[in-house]
Amino acid sequence: MLYRENGQFKASYRADQQIFPILQDRVAIGLLLVLVFVVIPLVASPYLLTAILIPFVILSLAALGLNILVGYCGQISLGHGAFMAVGAYAAYNCHARIEGMPLIASLLIGGLASTVVGVLFGIPSLRIKGLYLAVATLAAQFFVDWACLRLPWVTNGSSSGSVSVAGLNVLGLPVESPAQRYLFALLVLALFALLAKNLVRGAIGREWMAIRDMDVAAAVIGIRPVYAKLTAFAVSSFIVGVAGGLWGFVHLGSWEPAAFNIDRSFQLLFMIIIGGLGSIMGSFFGAAFIVVLPIVLDGLPYWCGIPIDTATAAHLTFMIFGALIVFFLIVEPHGIARLWSTAKEKLRLWPFPH
Amino acid sequence: MAFFLETLFGGLMVGMLYSLIALGFVLIYKASGVFNFAQGAMVLFAAMAMARFSEWIPKWLGFDNKVLANVLAFGVALLAMVCVAWVIERLVLRYLVNQEHITLLMATLGITYFLEGFGQTLFGSAIYKIDVGLPKDPVFILENTFAGGVLINKEDLYAAAIAAVLVALLALFFQKTATGRALRAVADDHQAAQSIGIPLGRIWIIVWSVAGFVALVAGVIWGSKLGVQFTLSLVALKALPVVILGGLTSVPGAIIGGLIIGVGEKLSEIYIGPLFGGGIEIWFAYVLALLFLLVRPQGLFGEKIIDRV
Amino acid sequence: MSHLKSLTLAAALLAAATGAFAQAKEQFFPLLAYRTGAYAPNGTPWANGKQDYLKMINARDGGVNGVKLTFEECETGYATDKGVECYERLKNRPGVTLFEPQATGITFALTDKVPTDKIPLLTVGYGLAASQDGNVFKWNFPLMGSYWTAADMLIQQIGKKEGGLDKLKGKKIALVYHDSPFGKEPIPLLEERAKMHGFELSKIPVTAPGVEQKSAWLQVRQARPDYVLLWGWGIMNSTALKEAQATGYPREKMYGVWWAGAEPDVKDVGEGAKGYNALNLNNSGTSSKVIQDILKLVHDKSQGTGPRDEVGTVLYTRGVIIQMLGVEAVRRAQERFGKGKVMTGEQVRWGLENLALDQKKLDSLGFTGVMRPISTSCQDHMGSTWARVHTWDGSKWSFTSDWLQADEQIIKPMVKTAADKYAGEKKLTRRTPEDCQS
Repeated sequence: MLYRENGQFKASYRADQQIFPILQDRVAIGLLLVLVFVVIPLVASPYLLTAILIPFVILSLAALGLNILVGYCGQISLGHGAFMAVGAYAAYNCHARIEGMPLIASLLIGGLASTVVGVLFGIPSLRIKGLYLAVATLAAQFFVDWACLRLPWVTNGSSSGSVSVAGLNVLGLPVESPAQRYLFALLVLALFALLAKNLVRGAIGREWMAIRDMDVAAAVIGIRPVYAKLTAFAVSSFIVGVAGGLWGFVHLGSWEPAAFNIDRSFQLLFMIIIGGLGSIMGSFFGAAFIVVLPIVLDGLPYWCGIPIDTATAAHLTFMIFGALIVFFLIVEPHGIARLWSTAKEKLRLWPFPH
Repeated sequence: MAFFLETLFGGLMVGMLYSLIALGFVLIYKASGVFNFAQGAMVLFAAMAMARFSEWIPKWLGFDNKVLANVLAFGVALLAMVCVAWVIERLVLRYLVNQEHITLLMATLGITYFLEGFGQTLFGSAIYKIDVGLPKDPVFILENTFAGGVLINKEDLYAAAIAAVLVALLALFFQKTATGRALRAVADDHQAAQSIGIPLGRIWIIVWSVAGFVALVAGVIWGSKLGVQFTLSLVALKALPVVILGGLTSVPGAIIGGLIIGVGEKLSEIYIGPLFGGGIEIWFAYVLALLFLLVRPQGLFGEKIIDRV
Repeated sequence: MSHLKSLTLAAALLAAATGAFAQAKEQFFPLLAYRTGAYAPNGTPWANGKQDYLKMINARDGGVNGVKLTFEECETGYATDKGVECYERLKNRPGVTLFEPQATGITFALTDKVPTDKIPLLTVGYGLAASQDGNVFKWNFPLMGSYWTAADMLIQQIGKKEGGLDKLKGKKIALVYHDSPFGKEPIPLLEERAKMHGFELSKIPVTAPGVEQKSAWLQVRQARPDYVLLWGWGIMNSTALKEAQATGYPREKMYGVWWAGAEPDVKDVGEGAKGYNALNLNNSGTSSKVIQDILKLVHDKSQGTGPRDEVGTVLYTRGVIIQMLGVEAVRRAQERFGKGKVMTGEQVRWGLENLALDQKKLDSLGFTGVMRPISTSCQDHMGSTWARVHTWDGSKWSFTSDWLQADEQIIKPMVKTAADKYAGEKKLTRRTPEDCQS
């Protein structure tokens, strides 16, 4: 009743091709942007910002990148933590070695370095498919793990193996307090989300989806698999590299290679599976789910007053995680995003049943 | 030269141990088409069950005989693994018949997390001991040819022998028995196998139980070597390149792949490693498998991948 | 919809976390611990010791001068990002005293944050070696030792075994270390000592968590060092001893840091670890008064955090000592800032900087024979540089050396250089004498 397209006529192709063709959607997005950009920095507590919102924003960016590769192009990657690491360390090297390097430039260079590495490790995807590719991407993960630990020039000669950044600022504005860091990360996310959405709506996105659905048939009708797969790897690694830079600079401040290990890769994969493969919205849902769930589980004993010792709570987190993943895969293999779009479809007809 | 032989033997032994774990992967893939990422967690769970029950059973039943305790614990652990197999089939696999590979892979990843948490809740997170009487001290051979002799680890030798026997048994099982044939039919096509009357659910329980048995043997051997603790499940990650190299559907492939990876890893770490700062063995196996796949995408003995459009 | 849901959830979190539990007269100790993961076998007794001591002080003395001690554990899994998350969650609790992260990696991350949040960081026997210099590291307290003092004492002990430090010339010493900030920390000091005495130092890193060490020990066999120093934690220690046995390296020639010399490391190796030596900062056993008090007032009343037979083990006792140092800092702060009042982080920091626990005080606390006296100052945030070597005989640990003291002649200049370098990188200035009095 409220959510209908009645009376909204499009008079130009441009209007018809908008991301949000329905007026109610546009209003909702506008309100959401006001909420996240204006209201939240003013009201949220520092704990909420640093422990929940900033990780959520950065991880949804990373999940977005992974979704482009796995969800839209169908190439499984278990090693995306490595690309985050490349982005973070490349950005760190720019920041630390070049005096006065602007933050945005460092992050972008981190993303470019990650692109190069991503394309390199994406070359096997031209020959290998499916599960074999998944295991092959683990090579990237472990190789980068080793490089960050054992090659001294990666950490700029840090004797302890851990690196740290301080005094971040963008064009003179400091990025120090939780609210400032949150806004910076959010800006990057909004920009990249728009970029990604337009990419997948365009020709290149359709090529990716054709490769995902039936790559032999796609090659037959003239889509070049090399171009499609490598661009998917490139774009995905770029976004993930920038996310890695943000994770190190804005969220952690000081990190060691273990911050980007295989657990991080699995975490990203879980996000897009639970959130929804092949859906931009899904990356956000998945990231929110994965970020909030452990905190809720850890804090449950405290708020409910049930004394569970921390070891059991940690083990329970693992168990509930695993069980929920299996549950989602059985009940809704296309993730929360499918539930969301089904809900929207129902809402368009409400109060009528069909 | 003596040191080279030591490294070579060491690599061969470690390779056999990797193949033990890889066998579990191959079994499940051959028979149910699922790439079981949870094999490492199953090894850990089985090893923890064995370690803890070998401690608890003497206490509960009040006797002191170590051999009897170990045998009973092995039996109980095997039972536990069959239960795990049954639960996995009922709650997970049954609902995921004929889903895409990635969905099944992710489901097993979820099972991994669950088993790791569950195992530690039941059995604890400290380091537990498995003592099945495997000798720990090294033995020195060829002392006449080389000064100081060549060091061979007795425990690894026994483990390699056990692995070889297990492989032979499994090969026989798949080739010669009716159940083995049924398993291979199911691996080819679930729906076709169902349509000719093969009971899918029961077959899957059998397969996962056998894989659980293999996991238990691997867990006992690795646990006896390294002590049983949560990190044991990480060893399974090393078995993945073995499976890839040998081919996902081949039991001899798992063995040969294991030997190649084991030798390659150790030799590269000792001789090439220092040039790059050491520690290259964490990625060498994977890069080796990757390069191999570029030449032969289905692995050494795997079935050729046919794409139907 | 999901945004709204996560926002309401977050709001509920916010309300719960900041409101309900602010009671007067309670000193809060956040306990960062790891009871899961690869390092749990060693982290668990440590965390149990800390909790039991707090429970005992509440039961026996009713807190510190009437101020009850509260605590909450947060699971970090030895992971830096989880440690930071625990820190952020607990740092705003009313009455928060100090943080003791139980991990060098987390220490590095928190060292940057504590000056802003004004909460002291207690890192007993671990952490940044340079943080001994209190003039640069105002908020870090590596009490009782760092990895430089540990490495120094091990070299001294090896020198004694050889009949003099000059006899080390031409010998080979291998460092088998955990490839992380923890394991890399002693390297600068060992290289310095290698230069001084002419021994060859080979560094053999073990990739974390250290469950795969066959190659490392094949390399040890190739190098055939005269001594091996083991710098491991968690499962790496017992694996190292098992691999040493498998490659036939004599365990008598192995010396471990004080985090590589406790029961979980050798218990399941048993006879195979016989002869293995390690440093120990403290005595263990159940005979001391404080352990007896814990058994009587906590475990006998079924309030014990861990199993009873763990009480008095090496790492458990170390946890007790660490918590005692924190509680005594609060007591000392109360002497200056008001007895019976809840202390802020800054006041506890002053307390940590002015600890004066001589033998008489230790006796009155019940720590006779457990540790040596310790007293800190503005410049010296370590307070004591003593340790002993103990050896495993197959079933128990027993001391096989006198008390060793680290050679400050070598260490002090290195600490100053490293602290200056840190200050330069982070654009800090050395503290003034007036600041020392605050």
